[in-house]
Amino acid sequence: MSARVLVGVKRVIDYAVKIRVKPDKTGVVTDGVKHSMNPFCEIAIEEAVRLKEKKLIKEVIAVSCGPQQSQETIRTALAMGADRGIHVDVSGKDYENLGPLQVSKILAALAKKEDVRLIILGKQGTFASQVDFQEDSLKVEREIDGGLETIKIKMPAVVTADLRLNEPRYATLPNIMKAKKKKIDTVKPSDLGVDLSSQLEVLSVEEPSQRQAGVKVETVEDLIKKLRDSGRI
Amino acid sequence: FYANFRRVCVLFLVMEKSKQMYHCFIIKINHEQQKEFRDTARKFAREEIIPAAPHYDKTGEFPVPLIKRAWELGLMNSHIPEHCGGLGLGIFDACLITEELAYGCTGVQTAIEANSLGQMPVIIAGNNDQQKKYLGRMSEEPLMCAYCVTEPGAGSDVAGIKTRAEKKGNEYIINGQKMWITNGGAANWYFLLARTDPDPKAPANKAFTGFIIDADTPGVQPGRKEINMGQRCSDTRGITFEDVRVPKENVLIGEGAGFKVAMGAFDKTRPPVAAGATGLAQRALDEATKYALERKTFGKVLAHHQAVSFILAEMAMKVELARMAYQRAAWEVDEGRRNTYFASIAKAFAGDIANQVASDAVQVFGGNGFNSEYPVEKLMRDAKIYQIYEGTAQIQRIIIAREHLAKYTV
Repeated sequence: MSARVLVGVKRVIDYAVKIRVKPDKTGVVTDGVKHSMNPFCEIAIEEAVRLKEKKLIKEVIAVSCGPQQSQETIRTALAMGADRGIHVDVSGKDYENLGPLQVSKILAALAKKEDVRLIILGKQGTFASQVDFQEDSLKVEREIDGGLETIKIKMPAVVTADLRLNEPRYATLPNIMKAKKKKIDTVKPSDLGVDLSSQLEVLSVEEPSQRQAGVKVETVEDLIKKLRDSGRI
Repeated sequence: FYANFRRVCVLFLVMEKSKQMYHCFIIKINHEQQKEFRDTARKFAREEIIPAAPHYDKTGEFPVPLIKRAWELGLMNSHIPEHCGGLGLGIFDACLITEELAYGCTGVQTAIEANSLGQMPVIIAGNNDQQKKYLGRMSEEPLMCAYCVTEPGAGSDVAGIKTRAEKKGNEYIINGQKMWITNGGAANWYFLLARTDPDPKAPANKAFTGFIIDADTPGVQPGRKEINMGQRCSDTRGITFEDVRVPKENVLIGEGAGFKVAMGAFDKTRPPVAAGATGLAQRALDEATKYALERKTFGKVLAHHQAVSFILAEMAMKVELARMAYQRAAWEVDEGRRNTYFASIAKAFAGDIANQVASDAVQVFGGNGFNSEYPVEKLMRDAKIYQIYEGTAQIQRIIIAREHLAKYTV
């Protein structure tokens, strides 16, 4: 197969870090906070690399949109087995306003430019839990509320990865060293003809309200009385 | 090749007594690659070593699956040169990895580190054939090796070892007893130091020879696995050598060069040992801090009582300083300079603080700390050996005093 796969990898605050809202409520604290690849993006990369190892696709391209540090995330993808990387340079105000609409425009433009047949992303999307590659269609098994659903889709296609798709590999030390020789191209959104203006404006960011402590009661009568007292019934 | 790395500059001031001049050293760290190495080691330690460590501590069994996994990820044998199939990493990189593994379990980390210790004489003194033969195989499968110098009757006093090697034709016949050999039962081959000059008056730097010995050579008899206070999953044994025949091709450098080879290895292996102790101390600090932020007493969390927060502060001071000490020692040797002074300081300091910090962690946990259901009592048991192996705390002080005084004498 001569297909190319594009995988989006996003640099996000590490999942183990406790997120805090900035005092001026304009966003969350990111300075000095540990960032890493979104765990679902790791699953997406793993799936793409497995397809390549099965010789079903030819090349895995890792893409990240963001400031200079996004290149670290691309390096991790390269160390996991991606062939080359594309860093879409978006920084400052543009980066703060970068929403799903802008990113999808960028990915679509890149997919056209690089002649990509399949885009794999971390969820939220079609929640694939198993992917089977056929000649020019894809058989995707996905988990839905009622159980499992198998669908056949034509390519080019976009598939998103759910938790149970695979177990991402480690970046082994030899692969980290090999990854340094792999290429990362930098492009600007304007090169792709994408307009980054956003229709959304963030007004304020707040922490979810603290969970109040519960109260234990002895009997059902007590429960009803307490519910009445607090005006809930 | 280095186009994409960010430089972290650290300034160190060193005063050269004779000239009263200040030299500034700038560390250039290949920041990105080292961060990635460290991240892989950290992920492996936290996700795979930590959950399994209590089991291996209880049973004392050799952690074969963890070692195999570390080998697959490239975390083991980092010093092996590239022409033997290794990564050829510097000591600094190795230290970063070692600290992360030790954070998970120092028993597992010691088993892995003993490989580096056994290999180091071959890396620094082996000829091409020896390197290809004995280092090459380490890159092909997850094998262990061991460093055999200590004996039941001689530990710190290396010149007092009695294992003898007699030359007979093209071979040497080895007879003697070694003790406390890490990986003794699991090793595929050993680095062995034996006395080749029977004259008791012969000086240390001419009387000993270093050998590489295949573990399956007839006459090599590993003893029983010793049950130790801590790092219990690490395999420590006595080994008896009875009429063991070693070809002369397995001599490192030549007859009489053994002492220098054996000691030269330490300058490169002491910084990682210090890094291991630092990893243990960091773990103790993290566990104590988490507990102190959860446990409440007298109306507030432990950490908000100054007595406890001061304990944590001093633990933090010690951990940070130990880290800087081993990084300096590692960097000096990677730059090609003799680092004996810094390596001994790092190892002595890190070993001492690891014990203090682990003990403090048990204290912060109170009664719970003494109990095996909580992770800190293991840290205290594991920490003790850092003041003993790879040069006791007292030997380090002898070395530091000697190196320090040498700067002042003309």
